[in-house]
This record gives sequence, structure tokens and C-alpha cells, in this order.
Amino acid sequence: MSLFKNSMLALVAGGLAAGLLAFAEPSFQEADAAVSNPTKLQSVSAFAKIKNKNERAVALFTEAGKVIQSPRCMNCHPATERPTQTDRMRPHIPLVVRGEGGVGAAGGLACATCHHENNFDAANVPGNPKWALAPIEMAWQGKTLGQICTQIKDKERNGGKDMAALVKHMAEDELVGWGWHPGGNRTPAPGTQKQFGELIKAWADAGAACPKG
Amino acid sequence: MAAFTLKINGQARQVDVDPNTPLLWAIRDGAGLTGTKYGCGVAQCGACTVYVDGQTVRSCSMPVSAIGTSEITTIEGLDSKEAKAVQAAWVALDVPQCGYCQSGQVMSATALLSVNPTPTDNDIDLAMNGNICRCATYVRIRAAIHGAAKSLEG
Repeated sequence: MSLFKNSMLALVAGGLAAGLLAFAEPSFQEADAAVSNPTKLQSVSAFAKIKNKNERAVALFTEAGKVIQSPRCMNCHPATERPTQTDRMRPHIPLVVRGEGGVGAAGGLACATCHHENNFDAANVPGNPKWALAPIEMAWQGKTLGQICTQIKDKERNGGKDMAALVKHMAEDELVGWGWHPGGNRTPAPGTQKQFGELIKAWADAGAACPKG
Repeated sequence: MAAFTLKINGQARQVDVDPNTPLLWAIRDGAGLTGTKYGCGVAQCGACTVYVDGQTVRSCSMPVSAIGTSEITTIEGLDSKEAKAVQAAWVALDVPQCGYCQSGQVMSATALLSVNPTPTDNDIDLAMNGNICRCATYVRIRAAIHGAAKSLEG
């Protein structure tokens, strides 16, 4: 077969492959828009009708779980050394790793190379003064909500926080709060940080029972 | 527009730009230092890498208003012993092809050697994977970093 014919076949095959990929793989932005994430949270009062304390606690945590399991929180609680990103939770590009302190490999690509004090929409780069990955013992990805619940109550795996400190962290921490103000085309965590904090406090006050599984 | 005094390579430079202007353009258009390159504008390619208070930063990812009194180092101001070793290794191995990404590559390679004088291949990959080279000179880049590390041993 002539070189010309081979080249033309390669071009046709390449064009077909590109066409198929275009159908199979929408752009990140389109795909993100297609991901279904809840946008609202029920208030604590909506759970008052549940008289059994444990059942109420489980229902409250399940509601708060809409935040905990949103991409804004899960992306930086990876089960591997590499964070994920976007609403689709794809692996972070470029490759970065947790490193010591959750801020990237020593001498390697640090979070601070791209992420600064604030979101910078001109470059579509999110930012916060405390930008970092959660430690590996706080990994959430791949876990059920019940497993995450058990984990965040465990002082060995929650940074030594008692329940009061845990409630304060969820309700007031500024990096947690970034989840509701992510900028760019990132879907915010559902509800508000205030609502989320109230749900976590009500869950703690109800005995902090966890969903099964 | 607003006036900013940036400390670049040890010199105070006045730039008059919109506060939301990426640092990259304040450096290139405001200060006239064009060694730092525009590649993607979204912190994905590394061509615009500079140091801000010694930390590698993609200068497209930060507004000029966030710099304050921080010290900026660009490729034009790089003169550490690690930088000289990297430059010599780059020349010895003829690393660049088109050369467009090379100032960013040299900034990142120098930063790596400043922290880790004997990097492994994995260390190099972790430090350099955010610096994209459209000519795919990655094999030479890695070899040159090893060469620079060796020359720094003594």
C-alpha cells in the first residue's frame, strides 16, 4: 500500500476516533453541569417530628451528609495520595500528591504553586488561605456515609476533636466554608454553612448516632 | 487601573494595571520582563512559573493585587548555584527544542534542587509534571536535572 494511501486511512481513522470521542466525552464543563448535586438542606426543625432520638440523629446526619458527600468536600478527602477535582471528581490535573501537611510533595508541586488566598476566576483556580488536603486518616472517598460518620467521631481519625470542637469545625472553619463559595463553574455545597453547622450540632445533641452501613 | 510597586529580582518596579490583572501580565507588560511566558492562562502548563517569596507560583494564577510586599523572582533574576548548575546542564544536554516552556522548566527544576539536591526520577516527575513541554523534551529535562544534581555534589 502506498504511503499516501496509508496516510489517508490514518487520517480517516483518526477523524472517526475523534468524532466518537466527541460523542462519548462531553467537555468537563458540560459534564459538570450534568452531575446531579442537591442544592438545598432541610432545617433542623424539619426533623423535630422524629421522636426516637437515635433515629432523629441518623436522619440529621444523613441530611448533613449531602454536604459531606458533595464534591466540594470529597475532592480534598481522597483515599489515595492524589486529590480529585471538578463536580465529576476526576483525578487532579496536574498530578499532585498530599505530601507532608497535606500541601504537596516536598520540593515538588505544592498546592501554593497554583492555589492562593482567594479564588481567582480569571484563571479558574480556586483558593483559600488554608488550602490543603485532609490527612489520609480523614479520607472519605470510597466510604459509606455511616463509615464517614463513625470516622469523624473517632478522635484518632478526626484530628483529636471532641464533639464540641467537631461542631465548631463544621460550623465555622473557613476552609469548610469555602465549599459554599467555590467560585467558577464549581457547584457549591448544598444549603449554607450555618444550616450545616446547625444540623451537625443537632445531630451531636441527639446523641450522634450514625447511619448503618 | 491602579499603581503597584512590585519587588522583582531585587528591584522596585512600578506598574499601573487593573488590580485583577494576573501577575504574569504585570511582569511581562508592566515591568517589561518577557522571559516569563504565557502558555495556557489557567495554571495547567507551567510556562509562567516565577517565585513569590521563594515559592514556585504560576504567575497566571494570582492577581497582582495579592502580591503586596512579596519578593518576586523571574527567570531573568535567577542566579543561585542551583540555577547555574541547571543552566549548565541544560546547555550540555541541549535540552530545549522550540524553547517556549524552558523558562518555566528551569524555574521548577531549580526550585526542586534547592530543596532536594539528590532527586530520584519520581521526585523529578512530581516536581516537573506541571510543566508541559509541547516538544516532549521530558527525557532530556530529567537527564539534565540529574546532571545538575551531580555537578552540585562537588
